[in-house]
Amino acid sequence: MWSEVPSRVATPVAIAPTSPQRKVSPVDGFLRIEQLSKAYQFDKPVFADVSFTLERGEFVCIIGHSGCGKTTILNVLAGLDTASSGHVFMDGREVAGPSLERGVVFQGHALMPWLTVRQNIAFAVKSRWPEWPAAQINVQVEKFVAMVGLSHAIDKKPSQLSGGMKQRVGIARAFSIQPKMLLLDEPFGALDALTRGTIQDELMTIVRQTQQTVFMITHDVDEAILLADRILLMSNGSETATGYVPGGIAEVVVNPLPRERTRAGLHHLDGYYELRNHIVDFLVTRAVAH
Amino acid sequence: MNSARSLQLKAALLSVLILLLVLGIWYIATASSGAAGAAAGLTAEQIEYAKMMGKEVGAAKSSGFPTLGQMGSTVWGHLANPFYDNGPNDKGIAIQLAHSLGRVGLGFGLACLVAIPLGFIIGMSPLLRRAFDPFIQVLKPISPLAWMPLALYTIKDSSVSGIFVIFICSVWPMLVNTAFGVAAVKRDWLNVASTLEVNPLRKAFLVILPAAAPTILTGMRISMGIAWLVIVAAEMLVGGTGIGYFVWNEWNNLSLTNVIFAILVIGVVGMLLDLAFGQLQKAVTYVE
Repeated sequence: MWSEVPSRVATPVAIAPTSPQRKVSPVDGFLRIEQLSKAYQFDKPVFADVSFTLERGEFVCIIGHSGCGKTTILNVLAGLDTASSGHVFMDGREVAGPSLERGVVFQGHALMPWLTVRQNIAFAVKSRWPEWPAAQINVQVEKFVAMVGLSHAIDKKPSQLSGGMKQRVGIARAFSIQPKMLLLDEPFGALDALTRGTIQDELMTIVRQTQQTVFMITHDVDEAILLADRILLMSNGSETATGYVPGGIAEVVVNPLPRERTRAGLHHLDGYYELRNHIVDFLVTRAVAH
Repeated sequence: MNSARSLQLKAALLSVLILLLVLGIWYIATASSGAAGAAAGLTAEQIEYAKMMGKEVGAAKSSGFPTLGQMGSTVWGHLANPFYDNGPNDKGIAIQLAHSLGRVGLGFGLACLVAIPLGFIIGMSPLLRRAFDPFIQVLKPISPLAWMPLALYTIKDSSVSGIFVIFICSVWPMLVNTAFGVAAVKRDWLNVASTLEVNPLRKAFLVILPAAAPTILTGMRISMGIAWLVIVAAEMLVGGTGIGYFVWNEWNNLSLTNVIFAILVIGVVGMLLDLAFGQLQKAVTYVE
């Protein structure tokens, strides 16, 4: 009912990379992913024929079971991994290797434990603007630490912070370099439900304010519904009667809920339960978990 | 806090008791042997004669073990005047120690200069790691003193040979630990550096080096421990100066008080070196 694309039909792998099922028009789309595939075993790609676009200022979540290749897609977008075939374009230019234009928030916060919060973020800011004087770097650092509400802990080491605070620092670091888009690899996966809720709210506020383009991996259906403008549902690769079918984007769900939604009021909105049931049904029955 | 302090106090008290016990045993053991020598009722000339004839060697030896009083006066003599220099075979303990520490410092420093950069490269490149591995595995277990003849033959200078032996024994633990530490740097941190487009030099010094520093320091600490063990043996071989030569020289003089004093000094200096590296290690260790 909300889908842009019909569900994928099981197609044998041999013709998958060449079959032009759905060409993305090359004119629009801030981030364009075309016919991406990744194969660790030659004849059994983890996913194939993955194509989608992100508009500027759009928040897109990708949801799917473990092993379907979500993180690989994100790493390819980040430039940390290479696809077996296919292309990624951002702002009309092909993505080749990591870049300061795309900020990444890692699942395990990835803060450097020997640096304080201030130094961690300053490291990023200095990398982005090497010519800046120390004072200007400091202003930028303090601004983004304040944005995630951690000014009181700015001179603490990550080991002195709670899990939620560390992840906030990770988010502040990604924002501090003012990238053209953000990539979030399941950033709240390791947090408890209460902390997760608070940080989701904060992230949503910041993203709305900064008009940031975001691509985010999540396992949490409610998180996706709260944050995303569109939700990509991804299926795992599987053996079927007709042969191996690689994983891919099975469906793109457009979030019909008003953009000004909040976590507290989410479940009172019309259409919330239908949307949630639709995604859960997909994960339970169609996504083929291993 | 309180219980920790009382535990510390008890431990210190027990340490003192153990020391007193050891000294007490020493006192009683040497006192009785001295009494036995006196009970034999020999005059000084007779003892001298017996020694010259090589008789009663056992008795002479047992009475030769120094008493606590003799030991104390030797220790005091050394500590009161550590810097005297009366020619090649009679130098103050501080001068001998300075020679030993100088050799260890030079050999260890050279080993740092070689092992840490090389370990860095080996740690970063799986290819080089595999290529170097057989050499490291073969060279590592060789006793450093086994290199001594080869060093003496090729270098033709005993003092430099000593430094070389220190170098060769310090290099392996540092090399292996540096390579391991660098190879084990968390993927996440390297990914952060990549996405921030950090240049290789900055990445090496600001990400990999601090991340691997605790492991590297552990290697350096082990190396320093081994170097201090080896310097004594090396100086016994090459002679001339140093605390190892001092021990050998005093053994030739049959001056057991001096030998015991030197042993104690070696122990204390070794402990201080280890403490210093322990502090350094603490300074670079981080909690994840």
